Amino acid sequence: MSRHFTPKVITANDLMLGDAIWLTEDDRWTRDIAEAELIEDEAHATIRLLFAQAQPEIAVGPYLADAKPGTTGPQPIHFREAFRTRGPSNYAHGKQVEV
Amino acid sequence: MYVYNDFDEAFVRERVAQFRGQVERRVSGALTEDEFKPLRLMNGLYLQLHAYMLRVAVPYGTLNPVQMRQLAYLAETYDKGYGHFTTRQNIQYNWPKLADVPDMLEALADVGMHAIQTSGNTIRNVTADHFAGAAADEIEDPRPVAELLRQWSTDHPEFQFLPRKFKIAVTGSPTDRAVTKAHDIGLRMVRDASGAPGFEVIVGGGLGRTPMVGKVLREFLPKADLLPYCEAIVSVYNLLGRRDNKYKARIKITVHENGIDTIRSLVEAKFAELRPVFAGFDQQLLTQIEGHFAPPTFRSAPTDSYEAARLANPAFRSWSDTNLSAHKAEGYAIVSISIKKHGATPGDATADQMRVMADLAERFGHGELRISHEQNVILPHVHKSDLAAVYAVLREADLATANIGLVSDIIACPGMDYCALATARSIPVAQDIATRFEELKLEHEVGPLKIKISGCINACGHHHVGHIGILGLDRAGVENYQITLGGDGSEDAAIGKRAGPGFSADEIVPAIERLVLGYLDLRAAPDETFLQTYRRLGIEPFKAILYPAAATEEKANAA
Repeated sequence: MSRHFTPKVITANDLMLGDAIWLTEDDRWTRDIAEAELIEDEAHATIRLLFAQAQPEIAVGPYLADAKPGTTGPQPIHFREAFRTRGPSNYAHGKQVEV
Repeated sequence: MYVYNDFDEAFVRERVAQFRGQVERRVSGALTEDEFKPLRLMNGLYLQLHAYMLRVAVPYGTLNPVQMRQLAYLAETYDKGYGHFTTRQNIQYNWPKLADVPDMLEALADVGMHAIQTSGNTIRNVTADHFAGAAADEIEDPRPVAELLRQWSTDHPEFQFLPRKFKIAVTGSPTDRAVTKAHDIGLRMVRDASGAPGFEVIVGGGLGRTPMVGKVLREFLPKADLLPYCEAIVSVYNLLGRRDNKYKARIKITVHENGIDTIRSLVEAKFAELRPVFAGFDQQLLTQIEGHFAPPTFRSAPTDSYEAARLANPAFRSWSDTNLSAHKAEGYAIVSISIKKHGATPGDATADQMRVMADLAERFGHGELRISHEQNVILPHVHKSDLAAVYAVLREADLATANIGLVSDIIACPGMDYCALATARSIPVAQDIATRFEELKLEHEVGPLKIKISGCINACGHHHVGHIGILGLDRAGVENYQITLGGDGSEDAAIGKRAGPGFSADEIVPAIERLVLGYLDLRAAPDETFLQTYRRLGIEPFKAILYPAAATEEKANAA
């Protein structure tokens, strides 16, 4: 059996707006992590990351971020990734009010 | 204030046009992100956690009202109605869209501003004493020299790809309000035996992961030699500085590894070579620049109304006790406008507040504004008879917080609320500390105390030189805050010492409260400041306050 793989989502910043985006299973980019593809296989993650990296006109700096399944879809694990789904804590700006 | 000449104007416009083309090529796919990134960084455009961030240079922290209004216009038109004043006297916009940035730069060029060299491995915005040209203790206004350095360093062909970023700070007073000892080059104006002004040249200071207090490279440098001498320093660093390791690339490491004596002899040799080449043009230029910084015509008027207003209005008295500093001209004061309302984000001003400050500068302040590295805004020249009127306007605009230099006047970097490099948040910690001390109504009793918070080891929040420094880290996926004590950013610069294990986000504000209340018990007299008490007693009693359980255990073991 292969070693344990923490599930991942692919995330990046949008080229034009600069905000956080996530790659969906049907090859779209979404602003809601719950719609992202939760990748549970390492080899598949590599292929999906290559796919994301091939879209520099949309996504800047795509990377794999640890995630876990939630009731409505993938959820972030690290607090940095959680902030990216919401926006800053000092103002109601960003995704917490826009998405 | 310096006004762009035709050359400056043409240069800045050309850079805007170039950047417009670069953005177009990035959007069309003609440039990859790897190609585009250094180009956008050269123009101050970062990509952060939630959006792009544009860092606009405020040269040596000086603005005129027209420029401040333009910053307000940018905040309203291209951002979310506010801007963030930084610890390097700049302003950052947290929400620009890529396609709008060329227009933002164009709008800045309209008022003689830009974002050039606010990033990248170049000589960054030259910072200066925010009381320059006004301070009672000043030898000379340092801003003409800062402007000379700005012109020399902007687009300097030799210094566009230094081993790492390079920061210069200048102060015209023996009292160091510009943290010169924590800069790559710090220039402190002093006089020689004959009384002629010149500079003590400090090199190799810096914070970040390897904090160091700068070392004196030259005790006295005649003013006329400044440019060739600085060029000699940067040339030596450019050749000797390490490019193999980003974390060892700053000049502080070069000085540390080679020794100050080696650096000095290399710099002096290079200086001997360069000095004849300068041939006086820099001095002609300096004379021209000095003309732009002629002091305003100060008026002579009675100040009785100021004294009467102080007696009549306790809130005004409290504000004037805290937020005013001594001015060189009789009857005048320097006003520090606190951008640190309790519970608000340190350094954030709304577009409306920017306009209010611009209006005040125009009506009462000889048309001058300053941004301080402590993230406040300064009206450097206000006649005392106008202070009550200024205060009334500030109150209306929610800008009359009387806390300059006190517990709630906290420096905080944007931290993980915005910054892609951050390891923890800083802003909420600053907000909570300020709110808590407002509830306690204690900060005036506590007196001068500088708390500085950074959200990562890079130390944009200057935590190493905070009397109390707070460093936010990521410990196994949880925000954790380390406290340092006894730091000092003044002419007696010192790096704070780590107090012990870090505190969780829930524990950090109570820990700071414990520390400050504990200091009140420790101080020898009400006028002994936190830093003086720390210097008298050392770190141990403060550790005992921060970690009571550990202290009890130690006592038990000793018994």
